[in-house]
Amino acid sequence: MTTKKMAIIATKGTLDMAYPPFILASTAAALGYEVQIFFTFYGLQLLRKDLSNVMISPLANPAMPMPIPMPVMVQMLPGMESMATMMMKQKLKKHGVASLTELRDLCLEADVKFIACQMTVDLFEFDKSEFIENVEYGGATMFMGFAGDTDVCLFI
Amino acid sequence: MNFDKEFDASGLNCPLPIIKTKKSLTDMESGKVLKVIATDCGAVKDMQAFADQTGNKLLASTEEGGKYIFFMQKK
Repeated sequence: MTTKKMAIIATKGTLDMAYPPFILASTAAALGYEVQIFFTFYGLQLLRKDLSNVMISPLANPAMPMPIPMPVMVQMLPGMESMATMMMKQKLKKHGVASLTELRDLCLEADVKFIACQMTVDLFEFDKSEFIENVEYGGATMFMGFAGDTDVCLFI
Repeated sequence: MNFDKEFDASGLNCPLPIIKTKKSLTDMESGKVLKVIATDCGAVKDMQAFADQTGNKLLASTEEGGKYIFFMQKK
């Protein structure tokens, strides 16, 4: 039986959008898939050693369930983002959902390969020393070499 | 049902029960049986799907007092 493959392009760096790539990658790896994630643009934030600054904003996010209806004028007040992030993290914990760091570690443990988009690293002038070590730097062409031969390919 | 190893995934939510079940199976010999206890109702379908895709055999899947019990035989 040939090994199935999955490629994910992670482009978002908010708390809610950080979960799907890591959940799908770790699950696929547990099922025996060979997995690569290409982190580009805001997705690069998910490669930082410290993920505590990954946040969620209620602003311009009308689908986010709120305990009480909140007008946009209130959502834009200072501190609302931190509060929403804190509440979301409490909710995740209460429901037994793994933290981002835990899921990322499970991915690495299962040999999921992380590729950081070199162009975006240059563009945003990111310091590579702030990223975890298990990252390879490359471009779209390098990623397509793997993605072109996968069973599942997702853009998140 | 007899089993060789037990893993309690109570309180864990998707995808942890599956990933940790996979990890528990890793150091087991072929034919040995792992008992998994979970509280995540999504695990019922996920455990069957895990068995279907990995070739490990789901011998039984039951519910007892709000807990889901699985017996997985390693491929």
